Amino acid sequence: MKKVLSGNSAAAYGSMLVRAEVISAYPITPQTKIVEKIADLIANGEFKTEFVKVESEHSAMAAAVSASLVGARTFTATSAQGLLLMHEILHWASASRTPIVMVNINRGLAPPWSVWADQTDSIAQRDTGWMQFYCESCQEVLDTMIQLYKVAEDKDVLLPAMLSEDAFLLSHTSEIVDIPDQEKVDDFLGTFDPEYKLDVNRPMSFGSLSMPHQYYYEFRYKIAEAMENAKNKIIEVERDFEKVFGRSYGGFLDLYRCDGADIVLVAAGSMSSTIRIAVDEMRDKGHKVGLARLRVFRPFPVEEFKKLAKDVKIIGVLDRSFCFGYEGAFFTEIKSALYNMDDRPLVKGYVVGIGGRDVTLDVIFEIIDDCMKTTDTKEESFKWIGLKG
Amino acid sequence: MKLTIPEQELMEKGHMACLGCGGSLAMRYLLKALGKDTMMAIPACCWAVIPGVFPYSCLEIPLQYVAFEATGAAISGMEAALKAKGKKDGVTVVGWAGDGGTVDIGIQALSGAVERGHDVKYVCYDNEAYMNTGIQRSSATPKGAWTTTTPVGNTRFWKQTNKKNIVEIMAAHDIPYACTASVAYPEDLIKKAKKMKDIKGPCYMHIYAPCPTGWKYPPEKTIELSRLATESCIFPLYEVTYGKYKINKDIKDEKKKPIIDYLRSQGRFRKLDEETIRSLQKHVDDEWIKLKKKVECFGEE
Repeated sequence: MKKVLSGNSAAAYGSMLVRAEVISAYPITPQTKIVEKIADLIANGEFKTEFVKVESEHSAMAAAVSASLVGARTFTATSAQGLLLMHEILHWASASRTPIVMVNINRGLAPPWSVWADQTDSIAQRDTGWMQFYCESCQEVLDTMIQLYKVAEDKDVLLPAMLSEDAFLLSHTSEIVDIPDQEKVDDFLGTFDPEYKLDVNRPMSFGSLSMPHQYYYEFRYKIAEAMENAKNKIIEVERDFEKVFGRSYGGFLDLYRCDGADIVLVAAGSMSSTIRIAVDEMRDKGHKVGLARLRVFRPFPVEEFKKLAKDVKIIGVLDRSFCFGYEGAFFTEIKSALYNMDDRPLVKGYVVGIGGRDVTLDVIFEIIDDCMKTTDTKEESFKWIGLKG
Repeated sequence: MKLTIPEQELMEKGHMACLGCGGSLAMRYLLKALGKDTMMAIPACCWAVIPGVFPYSCLEIPLQYVAFEATGAAISGMEAALKAKGKKDGVTVVGWAGDGGTVDIGIQALSGAVERGHDVKYVCYDNEAYMNTGIQRSSATPKGAWTTTTPVGNTRFWKQTNKKNIVEIMAAHDIPYACTASVAYPEDLIKKAKKMKDIKGPCYMHIYAPCPTGWKYPPEKTIELSRLATESCIFPLYEVTYGKYKINKDIKDEKKKPIIDYLRSQGRFRKLDEETIRSLQKHVDDEWIKLKKKVECFGEE
């Protein structure tokens, strides 16, 4: 069935298609349409779920963790300030090994108030033990939600996953979305039934005190290991998804016209669509430019970047976020991934689109131009594009 | 002699509580009343340590340790998931938190949980300060008490404000049931816990649970002190059932004890002056009269 859906509505339909059993969420601009749409679907009798309308995002995540520990498939959605308020419980979720899936609408952090696209909110949750996916289209939002439950609930993974959409640019942009048949999704996903759960017939404690000489260290190693396991699982699930639903998104790195490219831009989220147009125009003019859309930030695709870097002269990294004190996170991490390569390309970093500043074709061309003008391959390069005087 | 307290033990030997811990007795009695089909969330508090170090637990019920401020949200999530799974019938979902986790950092999640009407039972064991972290004042600490953050040196910097009345705050949420209980009156506590179990909807129980370590009194005096608190009307036993007030342990005027005996039995009140004691007595008297008026106006017919 095809419907015109916004990124937000796609997320709401996604939660229904995966048959989320418990949803706990708190409204925040620009995520509100997700919780409103879910409420509508429930009110219309289309969606049977326990929707807990909590009094804060902190409680949204805390309720989600407990619900998941009881063995319910659990969903939530938030944005910006809400995601930051959840921060403590994001760690709690991964350390409890609860495969919660959350949609985060990437929005600027206050002050000053901004409700527009900015990925600093999710980048700031990098170390919480959550998988992180960034989407480009409404269809991808819906499809990725289905994929994420499959990956997160795998017994070798059992980690929560975050799906990010740029504020308004995706959350409020409507596109034609193919909604897969419920039966197909049911077959693909199966039901969630964790081996260890809160159960009065088999009482056990979750999160007991662990002394330094005991298992805390090993529990943390297990999370690191699960993140590694997720790498294969993400690829496997996308391959299976393509077989059933006929769509795929490139796994970790969505490569666009990278064959034989000298310059490849790396970006995540909605600006990738703009970059595709810029790449086409450059290719038409005979310039060898490509796009590697970063779809998965955690686990970080080290091998994929190494493979890409083999045949490329310059990688231009666009960060719609900034880690105060040291560069943008994508830029830093890509450089780190390539450091031990014998013959590595020059990596250049660009901050763009902070606080929803439009990342226009002109901005992209400016960056491509900057990459093309580079002659000294030992040059360190990092800059904020389009700063006003 | 007929035993009125259930024999079943769901809190086993080997806990890690201090000698004379009121909070431990409170848990033992509560579980005797609620039985094994109980699921519990415990935030940061003494009870985050008392059950034991991984992989041991002295509690024979499913238990989740949750973040300090998250108890109300955690039990909401448990209840919703049990409902979604069709497993809620016969299972009692309990939030068990100390006073700091209830009246301070956890009050928002608690307020949200009971307002939403989840079928959850929230029990606060009140030892009147942050005892697990080493006796820092909470908003449940009574006026005049010494704690490590209200130290009593030359400036008499004891706690300057009265204890927050969380039971009334809970009753004001218009929930089916809110009550007080005390480890000195186990039969009353168990009766109330069973009542909560049978009520469908959010219930709140506030248990007086003395802490010999933090209050500075000999551990063998826990029950005596608890009884004194009720007999001097510092901690009256009462319940609010669907808005109807009832005092469970009536204290006749002629039997009402002055608070001085209570205060003098604890090191935390050691340096209080006469004037402060008089003001504390007046506060206790006023609150007791207020409670009796509520029973008069909104009591059971």
